[in-house]
Amino acid sequence: MEKDIRPAVIQLIDVEKSFKSQQVLKKVNLSILEGTTMVIVGASGQGKSVLLKHMLGLLKPDKGEVRVFGKDLAKISKKELKEVRQNYGVLFQNVALFDSMTVFDNVALPLRERTKASEKEIKANVDEKLSMMDLQGAGEKFPAQLSGGMQKRVGLARALVLNPKVVFFDEPTTGLDVSRSNEIYRLFYRTQQQLKYTAVIVSHDVPKIFKLADYVALVAKGQVQGCMSPEDFQLSDLSEIKTFVKETMGPIYSSEEEEMGFYETL
Amino acid sequence: MLGFFEKIGDNFLYYLEQAGRMGVFLFNCLINAFKPPYKIGPIVRQIHFIGARSIFVIVFTGAFTGMVLALQGYYTLTKFGSEGFLGSAVALSLIRELGPVLASLMVIGRAGSAICAEIGIMRNSEQIDALECMAIDPHKYLMVPKFIAGVISVPLLTFVFDVVGIFGGYLVGVGLFGVNEGAFFNGMYSSVTWQDVHMGVVKSLIFGLLIIWISTSKGYFLHYERSGGFGAEGVSRNTTNAVVLSSVTILVWDYLLTAILL
Ligand SMILES: Nc1ncnc2c1ncn2[C@@H]1O[C@H](COP(=O)(O)OP(=O)(O)OP(=O)(O)O)[C@@H](O)[C@H]1O
Ligand SMILES: [Mg+2]
Repeated sequence: MEKDIRPAVIQLIDVEKSFKSQQVLKKVNLSILEGTTMVIVGASGQGKSVLLKHMLGLLKPDKGEVRVFGKDLAKISKKELKEVRQNYGVLFQNVALFDSMTVFDNVALPLRERTKASEKEIKANVDEKLSMMDLQGAGEKFPAQLSGGMQKRVGLARALVLNPKVVFFDEPTTGLDVSRSNEIYRLFYRTQQQLKYTAVIVSHDVPKIFKLADYVALVAKGQVQGCMSPEDFQLSDLSEIKTFVKETMGPIYSSEEEEMGFYETL
Repeated sequence: MLGFFEKIGDNFLYYLEQAGRMGVFLFNCLINAFKPPYKIGPIVRQIHFIGARSIFVIVFTGAFTGMVLALQGYYTLTKFGSEGFLGSAVALSLIRELGPVLASLMVIGRAGSAICAEIGIMRNSEQIDALECMAIDPHKYLMVPKFIAGVISVPLLTFVFDVVGIFGGYLVGVGLFGVNEGAFFNGMYSSVTWQDVHMGVVKSLIFGLLIIWISTSKGYFLHYERSGGFGAEGVSRNTTNAVVLSSVTILVWDYLLTAILL
């Protein structure tokens, strides 16, 4: 594969993070290029969500730098951080919906607080996003009245409602049934084609998620173990990756052509 | 021995840090209150919650406070044969002291605790992080309406408390003990000065600010609590602390303000 020349939107440089005596991240280096989709995989508890929170500016590294659009998140002012985040669309692992607001208000909130759109425009936009997520008729419900998978979809609708330039999805399809998650992947594929956003997706849905990935990074032992195209990833010689690939995909996935063009044909 | 001093130092640093955080928090909230856009809807909703829904408690406690003041006052004043002062005694104690303090304590119990718990739960369930990641400033979006509503509501509630209290005093003094009605009100008119009213208003404004400041910031900084502030128990413990801290702060500030304004 030839060298990618697109500029990096997010760069992590030698990021280290400990909670008390537990060192979660040890010198993590990772670049996420503009318009590409980075899929982060790894076993549970290895620090994927912690890594994501560094990119969001919610956690500060003990050492190292997190650069977004070339700016070190630890060094910029609150105002600049807010400007950076205006480009973000985020789905948290626990979704973090506003639990005393209806689904409609949850999705409408970014529009109400960040744009000057009229209530009519907001309604049209929110309704469109809700039906995109197959949530028509759920607008009046409260998050606690939804199933786990429905909450995830509301979270996705909320993350995408302002057409962000960079999206962060922490396990977007965990808890969804197979056909729903396929549908979400198709939706990601379509919206990515349309909006050309940069995406960082944490997922356990290997190998399916690889279809969306331009790059795959494995987080293990507190480090990013190689960041490469999904094809290279599956054939990699690095021992950590080899073990991961073997355990998650098994031998059945050794033939690469098997599902090529999956999303195009659907 | 060294351990003992270390502990004291630790505590000192912890409280200093907490005070610093709360100071910065207040500064951010006040700055944001003056920044556009100004949204009326959320403020009205908070006034409804902090103010309007406290009226029943305020009327109830106000009435009984006035009544007991008249009861005690009458008993004491008759000893000197000066029950004519009953009206001014009731009115002055209410307007200068009991109105602002008791109304504030009621607001702490009703609204302060609720605000602290609400914000604490939002912190625990990452809703505040979610707001920040949406580039919505939680100070502006969550706190400012509460601050404005508190500063508007507490003085108004104090006013209600005073009026109802005086009426309660009137019922007991004039209705029950047969104090001369003219003497009751005339004494009040002539002894209550503009300065007394001013003191009551300043107190209630500052108390309103203090209540909202302590309850919101305690909730907002739940994750910095030494116990970790985890889960339902963390929120409940934190809310209790906020109520105790606000109540004590109100009483201390009441003394300070009286000393300054007198
Ligand atoms: N706020 C925190 N305080 C202390 N430890 C934390 C905190 N957040 C995360 N950790 C620790 O960091 C490690 C990595 O957590 P993280 O949530 O990033 O895992 P993950 O890779 O996202 O796992 P999963 O796939 O299960 O979501 C865990 O051992 C966790 O206990
Ligand atoms: Mg995680």
